[in-house]
Amino acid sequence: MALLEVEDLRVEFPTRRGALLALDGVSLEINEGEVLGVVGESGAGKSLTGAAIIGLLEPPGRVTGGKIRLEGHRIDTLSYEEMRNIRGKKIGAIFQDPLTSLNPLYTIGRQLIETIRVHMDVSPEAARARAIELLGEVGIPAPERRIDSYPHEFSGGMRQRVVISLALCANPRLIIADEPTTALDVSIQAQIIALLKKLCREHKTAVMLITHDMGVIAETADRVAVMYAGRVAEIGPVKRVVKQPKHPYTVGLMGAIPMVGHDVERLTQIEGAMPRLNEIPPGCSFNPRCPKVFDKCRMERPELMPAGRNAEAACWQFDKGGRRG
Amino acid sequence: MRKPLAGSSIRGGAVAKRAKSEAQAESMLEVRDLAKYFDVSKPWLARMIERAPRQILKAVDGLAFDIKKGQTFSLVGESGCGKSTVAKLVVGLHKPSRGAIRFEGRDVADVRSRADSAALRRRWQMIFQDPYASLNPRWRVRDIIAEPIRVFGLIKSRGEQDEKVAALLRQVGLSPVDGEKYPHEFSGGQRQRISIARALSSNPEFLVCDEPTSALDVSVQAQILNLMKDLQNEFGLTYLFISHNLAVVYHLSDKIGVMYLGRLCEVAGSKELFARPQHPYTRLLLETIPDLEMTGREREPVAGEVPNPINPPSGCAFHPRCPFANDRCRSEIPLPTERAGHTVACHAAEEGRLPDAKFPAPKRPSAS
Repeated sequence: MALLEVEDLRVEFPTRRGALLALDGVSLEINEGEVLGVVGESGAGKSLTGAAIIGLLEPPGRVTGGKIRLEGHRIDTLSYEEMRNIRGKKIGAIFQDPLTSLNPLYTIGRQLIETIRVHMDVSPEAARARAIELLGEVGIPAPERRIDSYPHEFSGGMRQRVVISLALCANPRLIIADEPTTALDVSIQAQIIALLKKLCREHKTAVMLITHDMGVIAETADRVAVMYAGRVAEIGPVKRVVKQPKHPYTVGLMGAIPMVGHDVERLTQIEGAMPRLNEIPPGCSFNPRCPKVFDKCRMERPELMPAGRNAEAACWQFDKGGRRG
Repeated sequence: MRKPLAGSSIRGGAVAKRAKSEAQAESMLEVRDLAKYFDVSKPWLARMIERAPRQILKAVDGLAFDIKKGQTFSLVGESGCGKSTVAKLVVGLHKPSRGAIRFEGRDVADVRSRADSAALRRRWQMIFQDPYASLNPRWRVRDIIAEPIRVFGLIKSRGEQDEKVAALLRQVGLSPVDGEKYPHEFSGGQRQRISIARALSSNPEFLVCDEPTSALDVSVQAQILNLMKDLQNEFGLTYLFISHNLAVVYHLSDKIGVMYLGRLCEVAGSKELFARPQHPYTRLLLETIPDLEMTGREREPVAGEVPNPINPPSGCAFHPRCPFANDRCRSEIPLPTERAGHTVACHAAEEGRLPDAKFPAPKRPSAS
């Protein structure tokens, strides 16, 4: 059984002109100890998927369909109070900007100890010892001194390490990391990725890694889900998706990334832009930009279907019944 | 210097490329010993009370590079290394504290008269990072694009001006009717196209691009990079390109300068730099490029972070993070020296103490 199962998740934003469907039938699974990358361009719904799973959708956004199961139990139907118990304890979260995840008025020690004591029944002294241990684990030098520092006394990379230690403090089964390295410089980014990988291996924590950066995914993830306009376009092992993308959108995306040692005069260009939520075309949402479009794409919406070994893609060209010649 | 061009395998745009190599000997921009210091001291009274000295931030210190006509020179580095300050110095948004900027052999500081300076400024333009902040939300797109035309008085009649704006919009892949709209009606990528159209409206020869694609999604970034290459081939433009993204820089540049804490560590042709990086910081940066080839290369992230530029380390600013640092590196600032096509500022490289680079740029089977 998978650790986390998301089935046909739908998220809507009610507006005066009717509801906007921001997530339209997202299905994915994360196994124990696995890193699932979720990649897509801004507005594809990747962060929204993460927020819906931990129950932190910003109103007026709300889940209007689908099921989310953690260790086999529904968590999308839990009350706010019950969900609070799951957050932090079972599912940890890391966000993009470490400064907004930390309270600037409290020392990082106080924030860590508070979090530990909310989830575990331990004395303040034991919690402090655990906090120091965690800070050491994420690579903060001299943790027994640094524990009494305030967030502003740390650099960006160090702050993100503190946020990671906060997410890990109750030993959660799953961490949702939303763009954890986007605000960091490249050399720091490499350090944080290496740290995240090491810790998850050691703690057997599963990670849902949300990012727009295919490079980060290639370095870190086991499997990857490519999102487009509120839906999963393709899902599969990361090596296969990077080397042999199936969905035309993924093919375009991979060709659009400039690579060192890859000499091309022009990059692959996907014409146009991702549709806005109120202008999603009928049929496959990618059809106006797709180089392989045919009639069926404009009429019917493709679900994820097998597209060769280790591959699932939401694209009619892989439809066994009505394949185009 | 010839290396990057000879090595590039370009099929299309042959005419423009030929023009590019003919003009090769000619420098568009020469920068010599360029420096910019900012005074970041506390106010006078606070300083007197605390007996604190003045604090000087050396944002750029002793930079020298040349940009040839029709080529792309890129500056890469992490945040705070001073690369954006260089961009602002070059276009005249900052006054240099020291050093010279020569545009076609003429020192920019010597240009005094209004008419002369306007004539010079017409020939260079800038594209900024944030397409949301760099377009006035209260202006129609056609007025934004026509602003340089009006400021420099290039076209007098309204009709001709409208034609020029329509042509520019078409050139950057938008439609002439878009000129009537306001910036908020466009996406980030389209806004960056508008910025480019505005930069092109005074027929410049030299564009300074400060992280023009950093705020964009990859597929939109590809559109903008392709557009920039097309325009370069068509008009023989010269670019000074500022970026932190090594892959983008590799894709676009003829020559690359790597910056660290206000100084240039290494300058070399683009292919050459990635094939045989010399300076230890360049090697560090190349190590951090994500492995999209899926070779399973285990990376060793380099420890440490960029130090505070207000109190940079003594000697070579990179020595606290450098595995090859010795006493000389800790005390003496290395000067740039010429070695096998690279200009490198490193004692270890100069003394031949560096091991050979273990970073051969990964070869990708021609997939796409």
